[in-house]
Amino acid sequence: MNPSLIHAIPLSGQVINLCAAIMLLLGFAMLSQRRVLTLINLFMLQGLVLFVSTLIVALTTGQSHLLWSAGLTLILKVFALPYILHRLIRRLSVKWDIETLLNIPTIMLIGIALVVIAFNVAQPISQLSGTITRATIGIALACVLLAFLMLITRSKAVPQVIAFLAMENALFFAATSATYGMPMVVELGIALDVMVGMVILGVFFFQIREQFDSLDIRHMERIRDE
Amino acid sequence: MIELAFVLAAPFATALLLALFGHRRGAAEINSAGSLLTLLAAGFLTMRVISEGPMTLFDQQFFVDPLNVFLIALTALVGFTTSLFSRPYMRVEHDHGRLSAARLRLYHSMFQMFMCTMLVALSTNNLGILWVAMETATLTTVLLVALYRTPASLEAAWKYFILCGVGIAQALFGTILVYFAAERVLGHEGGALLWTHLDAVKTQLEPTVLSLAFVFLFVGYGTKTGLVPLHNWLPDAHAEGPTPVSAVLSGLLLNVALYAIIRCKVLVDGALETHFAGNLMIVFGLLTVVVPAFYLSRTKDVKRLFGYSSIEHMGLITFAFGMGGPVASFAGLLHMTVHSLTKSAIFFAVGHAAQMAGTQIIDDIKGLLKQSPTIGWGLMLGTLAILGMPPFGVFTSEFMILTTAIKYYPWATPILLTALGVAFAAMFGKVQGMVFGEPSVQPLSHNPALLPVFIHLGLVLMLGLWIPPYLADWYRQAARLIG
Repeated sequence: MNPSLIHAIPLSGQVINLCAAIMLLLGFAMLSQRRVLTLINLFMLQGLVLFVSTLIVALTTGQSHLLWSAGLTLILKVFALPYILHRLIRRLSVKWDIETLLNIPTIMLIGIALVVIAFNVAQPISQLSGTITRATIGIALACVLLAFLMLITRSKAVPQVIAFLAMENALFFAATSATYGMPMVVELGIALDVMVGMVILGVFFFQIREQFDSLDIRHMERIRDE
Repeated sequence: MIELAFVLAAPFATALLLALFGHRRGAAEINSAGSLLTLLAAGFLTMRVISEGPMTLFDQQFFVDPLNVFLIALTALVGFTTSLFSRPYMRVEHDHGRLSAARLRLYHSMFQMFMCTMLVALSTNNLGILWVAMETATLTTVLLVALYRTPASLEAAWKYFILCGVGIAQALFGTILVYFAAERVLGHEGGALLWTHLDAVKTQLEPTVLSLAFVFLFVGYGTKTGLVPLHNWLPDAHAEGPTPVSAVLSGLLLNVALYAIIRCKVLVDGALETHFAGNLMIVFGLLTVVVPAFYLSRTKDVKRLFGYSSIEHMGLITFAFGMGGPVASFAGLLHMTVHSLTKSAIFFAVGHAAQMAGTQIIDDIKGLLKQSPTIGWGLMLGTLAILGMPPFGVFTSEFMILTTAIKYYPWATPILLTALGVAFAAMFGKVQGMVFGEPSVQPLSHNPALLPVFIHLGLVLMLGLWIPPYLADWYRQAARLIG
């Protein structure tokens, strides 16, 4: 690449781009990860990357509400949710569960196709954006789609929920990269919803296991129209 | 101002109260009283808007105009009648041993919480808060659908959560895109997510971003409206939850999700000056009318049957708003009202019928009319009304939608008529078998509250014969707002 082009991006911008790249990489890692425990750690790492990038945007642009948002991310996504998930899998004794994922190479290829689509879709938005992080909008959308793919390909309850949370992470990333974050009241509301949702699902896990003797969603599928 | 505060605070306070005392004897009465309070406050709010016009409240975070105040009033009304119906219904469920006292507490508290989130979603001016309220509504209803904790209900709740959670995440991305487009015009601090502000500058919003945003918003809120192909959660959730919940899901939640789409459509239409949003709604609306019509004849569960029927009607309303224009939007609003009233009335009757028969399988329910004429007639008349028989209000709105379609989209008319015909044949035959014949059903241990059924059907009948002038005027104002 032309060296003058690299100099055109300030250091903070480069770090944010790095964070975006790590986000995408983690998205792929989660897509192909079969161990529940590792999946939670990857999710925590994703939260950490989100925190770092939000913090850098906050510091370089002086948007004070982004500092709050970064703090919220740190507490919720790096500490609270992974802690709850760890406790849940311990109490459900699925800590060492390994999911059989069919066709990992195919899933990865579909994932790559999704990234290409996401970049094409995000192209017009990136061009319009004036934020220092505009290059990352495509990556954020790609992460949303990857989490979506993960949700479809998983059959166990815990990985499905982690996929759901990863999607929410990616959406937050999209919000900071496109617009420097949503208004505070909205971010608080979303965080509250995620938290409450997680607690409800935690209770659900136990009931699903009690009723089906398994956390495998494929054991459900009993309701059908004849 | 004080009226809206009451509309939102009454269900919230009742929810908290019932979270503490929901298992006691008087819980059902507290539930009804809270709903009545909400209804009264909504009534006063409506009178205020009629006399003083649209207004923004609480630092512009909330607003009321002809479009949402009519839905707020409808939501409060159906919420109140459902609470009346739920009193004997839940007692019978308790007698049958399907619910413990703790579950009843959860039910009562979540019912009010659900009403509260819907009223917030309807009255908020902030598109972000709208999203948050819709997500909270999903969470509360997930708990309600899973109330019986049977395998089937857990499965339905899980499916509901995953599908709607994912769908609504797309809507969040759409909201972010709208904010992104608005920020460039309104600036960072200027309340760029407030609908009234967005509406004022909608012609300056970036068209490419807004069209992309609408696709995401439409998929997101469309999932919650039950639009095909993301409708799978709806029949399960309707069949497995307690019947009062099915009534408010069909009658109210679907309307609220559709309301979110309409609000976004107004912005997108202003920015694009093409019929992009409308065309999208027409195509998916039509698809949503046709597909469930063919599922109806295969359905064996009575609550699933009416769940599919709700999907079909949501498709019809989406189609009407997609066409746009004063007549179609008027018809869409009218259809929202009559569908909500009729469908909840049907669920009230179906709930008691299923309790009498001890099953929801259509073939095992027979002779309702002989055992309990009121339930039998309620179900029969409700079904005739929902199938679009004159003189009920559904006929009026469907007639208006069809005539508009003949004028502007003639190719769609035969598709609509076929779907409506197939639905008629399937549903009428099934309901006939349930109502007539020798009884296979037992009387109930508590007297059913059937007043709500006939109040609703009476209102629908009235709307079919004569729409009060102020109501018609109100619909017209709202239709003008939608465009």
